[in-house]
Amino acid sequence: MTLLVSDSIAQRVQRLEIPFNSFGVDPYGISRKHLGLFFSLLDFFYHHYFSVGVTGTENVPARGRAMLVGNHSGGIAIDGAMVVASMFFEMEPPRLAEGMAEKFINRLPFTSLWSSRTGHFTGLPEHASRLLEDERLLMVFPEGARGTAKLYSERNSLVNFGSGFVRLAMKTKTPILPFGFVGGGDAVPTVANSYTIGRLFGVPYIPITPYLVPAPLPVQLEITYGEPMTFAGTGAEEDEVILGHVEQVKARIAELIEAGRGRRRSKLALDQRGAAPPRPASSKERA
Amino acid sequence: MRVLIPGITGQLGRRVATRLLEEGHQVIGIDRRPWPTAPAGVEMHNVDLQKRAAEEVFRKSRPQAVIHMATVTHLVEQTEERYRINLGGTRVVFDNSRACGAEHVIFVGRHTYYGAGPESPLYHTEEDPPMAVSTFPELADLVAADLYACTALWRAPELCTTVLRMCYTLGPTGHGTLASFLRGPHVPYVLGFDPLFQFMHEQDVVTAICLALEKRIRGVYNVSGPQPVPLSLIIRAAGRVAVPLPEFVLRNALGRFGLPKLPRAALTHIKYPVVVDSAAFRAATGFKHAIDEAQAVREFRDAHPVQAGRP
Repeated sequence: MTLLVSDSIAQRVQRLEIPFNSFGVDPYGISRKHLGLFFSLLDFFYHHYFSVGVTGTENVPARGRAMLVGNHSGGIAIDGAMVVASMFFEMEPPRLAEGMAEKFINRLPFTSLWSSRTGHFTGLPEHASRLLEDERLLMVFPEGARGTAKLYSERNSLVNFGSGFVRLAMKTKTPILPFGFVGGGDAVPTVANSYTIGRLFGVPYIPITPYLVPAPLPVQLEITYGEPMTFAGTGAEEDEVILGHVEQVKARIAELIEAGRGRRRSKLALDQRGAAPPRPASSKERA
Repeated sequence: MRVLIPGITGQLGRRVATRLLEEGHQVIGIDRRPWPTAPAGVEMHNVDLQKRAAEEVFRKSRPQAVIHMATVTHLVEQTEERYRINLGGTRVVFDNSRACGAEHVIFVGRHTYYGAGPESPLYHTEEDPPMAVSTFPELADLVAADLYACTALWRAPELCTTVLRMCYTLGPTGHGTLASFLRGPHVPYVLGFDPLFQFMHEQDVVTAICLALEKRIRGVYNVSGPQPVPLSLIIRAAGRVAVPLPEFVLRNALGRFGLPKLPRAALTHIKYPVVVDSAAFRAATGFKHAIDEAQAVREFRDAHPVQAGRP
């Protein structure tokens, strides 16, 4: 591919089960070349910068339509990026999770190009249902932009869920795979959101951290995938029925967040013990 | 079958006429522009579609089918003249067809009807609204002509009306919006944007139109061939040099430095894609494209190489 893309990543891109044409582009414009560079960047964050713990990937089907549904965590799209990375690096064969992008992304130069070439299209119902009918793996954050605007103190809470994803899953007979994401709020500890500065850049808002810029800290992140949930029906049911299903998904995600927090706490505790004096014989000391 | 083709002298019209002759149909053509090299079987009438002489051609030849290709799509014509041809002409085609007892009218429209924009979905279905009126107001007459043709579906129930929304054409004739854009050795595009372009080879366009005639499909159909391709890839595969320019530079450079003078709205159509879903057309006619995207670009490149020595 190019010098920036390692062989192992290039091979994983080759193994994606996506119908690329002779130009290396699929019918949606997803491009092998761009995926290679995109996953090389994610590789750094996923394997080196953050410590990412992932459990439950066995719940994700190897092929066929599915909808990853989870909580937003962190003021910038770390959560989405790490979920996409975990599907690419942990699944065999690798899968491309396709997010539903905020509308401003397609308005700006470069983000418009890169989101389109890597499979993250504007979050329109037409896009979501077409991708599912095409047996793709969709990534949905039902909290929407309200979710990324969570402050540090609210980092493990859930805000109001939209209900469109449940209707869509029922209409297209797609299993919902709930996931809980923990640690994004620690990576970008938002103390306030500046909507004024955001407007200058053409984005909804810019998260302000104690160190001002929204650069993420290298922290421990936890992703927990739960078992698939399916709801029978056509998706044309009344709101009461749908909202009941939404609450079930939301409750399941809250449990998965708690599971992730538990793992994160014990790992951090272990780290602290590790920092304090010796676990008797590490191979290094013997050498 | 007796087939009348208004706008026969256009590149596409000539090809459709030739194919129909080969298939054993009788072809009558109306166009203001002469077609000196027309095959012997074509009955040519050099008349203005909106004048009485054209009415007489309809009356005398009594066509069973009419393929309306007399629309102006490029932006060189003055707006008033465009409105006269695209709207007035389309009305006349339907009026005359009904008056002379034609059974089938095909309106050959464009997929740019759907418009391009940041919030517009990839793969438009026929139900999608014509956003081109807001994204590219200069195309409003084509949108109106398309919608006017659609009204024939209820105004003229005795008539089988087919409205085709064709994607771009690319091939050895070098004709069409996309091919004109790729003409020069350096092709500008907007830095940071690289929309998908959907195009089909001329030969496939002709096949699709002839199939619509043969299967006598009624209704509105998107027509496309192979999958869309990002603009920068098309430029490079066509042997051109892709020149990315920031949007404000490109906007001010239009009409200068050898760049075509285009309305500013045209920039939206090189920032965002117009891509259609043609599943309904394929299901109704059994259409399959014969030439894929790579070969179509290759044939264009071979027929229109960048001349050495030119800047």
